[in-house]
Amino acid sequence: MADPVLSIRDLTVEIPTRHGILRPVDRVSYDIAQGEILGVVGESGAGKSMAGNAVIGLLTPPAHIAGGEIRLNGQRIDTLGPRALRRLRGKDIGMVFQDPLTSLNPLIRIGDQLTETMLTHLDISRKEAEARAIAALDEVGIPGAARRIDSYPHEFSGGMRQRVVIALALCAEPSLVIADEPTTALDVSVQAQIIALLKRLCRERGTAVMLITHDMGVIAETADRVAVMYAGRLAELGPVRDVLTKPQHPYTHGLMASTPLASRGQARLHQIPGAMPRLDAVPDGCAFHPRCPAAQARCTASPRPVAQDGAAACWFPRIKQEVS
Amino acid sequence: MALVRVETLSRVFDVSKPWLNRVLERSPKTYLTAVSDVSIEIEARSTYALVGESGSGKSTIGRMLVGLLAPSGGTVEIDGVDLAQERDAARVAAVRDRIQMIFQDPFASLNPRWKVRDIITEPVAARGGDTSGLAEELLEQVGLSARDAGKFPHEFSGGQRQRICIARALASKPELIICDEPTSALDVSVQAQVLNLMSDLKDDLGLTYVLISHDLTVVQHMADRIGVLYLGRLVEEATPDDLFASPRHPYTQMLLAAAPRMDGFGRDIPPPEGEIPDPTNPPKGCAFHPRCALATARCRSDRPVLRDLGGSRVACHLAE
Repeated sequence: MADPVLSIRDLTVEIPTRHGILRPVDRVSYDIAQGEILGVVGESGAGKSMAGNAVIGLLTPPAHIAGGEIRLNGQRIDTLGPRALRRLRGKDIGMVFQDPLTSLNPLIRIGDQLTETMLTHLDISRKEAEARAIAALDEVGIPGAARRIDSYPHEFSGGMRQRVVIALALCAEPSLVIADEPTTALDVSVQAQIIALLKRLCRERGTAVMLITHDMGVIAETADRVAVMYAGRLAELGPVRDVLTKPQHPYTHGLMASTPLASRGQARLHQIPGAMPRLDAVPDGCAFHPRCPAAQARCTASPRPVAQDGAAACWFPRIKQEVS
Repeated sequence: MALVRVETLSRVFDVSKPWLNRVLERSPKTYLTAVSDVSIEIEARSTYALVGESGSGKSTIGRMLVGLLAPSGGTVEIDGVDLAQERDAARVAAVRDRIQMIFQDPFASLNPRWKVRDIITEPVAARGGDTSGLAEELLEQVGLSARDAGKFPHEFSGGQRQRICIARALASKPELIICDEPTSALDVSVQAQVLNLMSDLKDDLGLTYVLISHDLTVVQHMADRIGVLYLGRLVEEATPDDLFASPRHPYTQMLLAAAPRMDGFGRDIPPPEGEIPDPTNPPKGCAFHPRCALATARCRSDRPVLRDLGGSRVACHLAE
């Protein structure tokens, strides 16, 4: 197998506070291969966005990387300084965030935003950059691209804006795109358009994608592999079909079963008792054990890390059980 | 007998530019029709769901049902009383007491400076009712602890806050609760807890819900009857079984096909075309015709009326 585009090993992010050190990301490891879409799922506070921000060097102090390493195309990037990271962002890593309005500069025409990004990162002339900007907008499905490059972001609808953001993320031909809840703010029909677009463009170019979302449906339709996060730790990692239909970790199983779709025809939805622990009160051992129906003495003593792809962070994984 | 009867309900908002701009730019007034000619009946002790994308008018209808907005046309009758027209203040007050609302954002809908006890008892205290022990009782009913009454909202998680909102809605012993995206801000596992709580309360207290949501899976699970809205118009109404098994309106079909499916591994379907049109200038005839693959000349000129079709109601010239 070729070297992965992104390789994260034992990544730990810490936030020092007056009441002690919080670990929103705790020894997380995963790889993303070329042309692969890795879905990162979890509930609010599970650390999925924080891990993405650590990769692009956009952690808000006092949050910082406290351990582990991040490699992009074999090169370590967690040790780079701010200037080198700035060069990396946009060029080697493209970003798509939830709210397209905040990722576009409202005062600059979208054509200028695209050409500026390309001129910064690529060795091309202004004329060529302008031609490529039109081609990029055309490719993401903006009608009348040659005319629309002179428009400002507010002149576009939400879905069209997110298309512009995708064009912007891909214009410098990055090897990795981090998409953090790219369709959460959009309507169902527009969401389907954006997902199809992201999928098509990344397949065509062989771009690796980290797709961070809480929507299991989007993951099922889009991702090749899934990383499930819980309380800052990786709960399960594996091919999307296996994780969603035969979850090994009791948390993944509970999560899948509590979606209204899985409980079709039943009067009540499956419930996981309790709530995800706050970061200042993560229990010893497996973070899920207080809520786990299968917890035993060993679970309270020490957590089991995810050993390899297709494994769960559980001492007593569920084996080959369909979500009922 | 229907608890809620909505007839030819419309709501128009004036979204014109300020007066001076209109004079200088010689632009006319612009109006946005958020709800157009909607008629529904909601049976007591049932859950009626309104689904649609943003701008479909579902929240506007919810606000008119509780009386937060006055209709521009048509009527809302709750148990035979039209809140906008009724002159007898005592009758209005009596009906108002029986309606409550739960909002989407449990962070915005609780006053951060009030204790939970005061928040929950407010609907009763405002009418001069007896509130002793009420908050504690309601907190236990929604799965929190009686001790939580002395805490402030910031001490709770999103799911717990939504439980507090539900407790507040229950305080005045309502019959009808309008739930505007009650679980959209919540995680899946918390959503399951809140939806289960809502189902239990409905059975125990004989509540009627109007559930406003964009999430088709939630609606399918909860509703007894579903109304699909597009650009302020009711395009289809059916039971969940009928709607999900055989959607009749092309918009409903598109919406169901576009929704991501948990078993849709690697599904590559052509996504729907186009976007929701500008509501200040809706298309003539059927509002959906510019995006509809089946549209004919008639769809472009005549607005389809809602027709009864085997237990469902559909506003499409071609549906059969």
